[in-house]
Amino acid sequence: MIGLNDYLILAAILFAIGVTGVLTRRNAIVIFMSIELMLNSVNLTFVAFAHFMNSLDGQIFVFFIMTVAAAEVAVGLAIIISIFRNKKTVNVDDMNIMKW
Amino acid sequence: MVMPTLTQILFYSTAGFAVLCALLVILHPNAIRSALFLVLTLFAVAVLYILLNAQFIAAVQVIVYAGAIMVLFLFVIMLLNAGETLEGLKHPMRKIFGFLFGIAVLGQLLAIAHVATIAGARQGGVTQEMVAKAGNTELLGMLLFSKYIYPFEAVSILLLMAIIGSVILAKRKL
Repeated sequence: MIGLNDYLILAAILFAIGVTGVLTRRNAIVIFMSIELMLNSVNLTFVAFAHFMNSLDGQIFVFFIMTVAAAEVAVGLAIIISIFRNKKTVNVDDMNIMKW
Repeated sequence: MVMPTLTQILFYSTAGFAVLCALLVILHPNAIRSALFLVLTLFAVAVLYILLNAQFIAAVQVIVYAGAIMVLFLFVIMLLNAGETLEGLKHPMRKIFGFLFGIAVLGQLLAIAHVATIAGARQGGVTQEMVAKAGNTELLGMLLFSKYIYPFEAVSILLLMAIIGSVILAKRKL
């Protein structure tokens, strides 16, 4: 029988992979994809809890998170495009204009 | 020997596939292939949603995430020609620290996930029979347009603002 903990462990592994991706990659778009991976693992946690607690509220939350993620991706990719237009790169090491 | 049930076979194979593809997302040097592996991960998570009786969320996952969002990603990668970039030349130590930190986060989360329990928690009132009778989508729709009507309206305004914001940010001259 697959229990709640199996889903939580899978979500934890996916989240940790996302964290590692954000910390190790330098391509801004790949970093963005790692963030999507983390969002997905949290969605999986929501749906797993909703299923095992006989509730639908978790699924509603996932629905809203997906909407917010779509908005986030649209704005984030627009920011990356406008940075690329100014600096001709998507490497985050070269985006240090606001660094002290 | 105990034979694994079909649910177990499906769960473990899908979970393994999801983790493998997620690892390839962050390890593959080519951004386009990373994006394609992310599509596979999202499909695997959609299969898990179906295993969890969340058919509507699974469909939305495939349509919105694997369809719309990943197409946008691929479009931007190809537009900026950002498939291959030189990585990790500036600070070689950072990659090691990144992996160490990732393993630390994994350890913490696994420690929590392993002992997490919902025994004694207040159960919601949606039984499997209700879902089987009315359907997952209908129940979600009822909830969305009654209890969660204000967040639903707020999200529509958020999407409108995201549309305007992305046009303003990405356009060369207004």
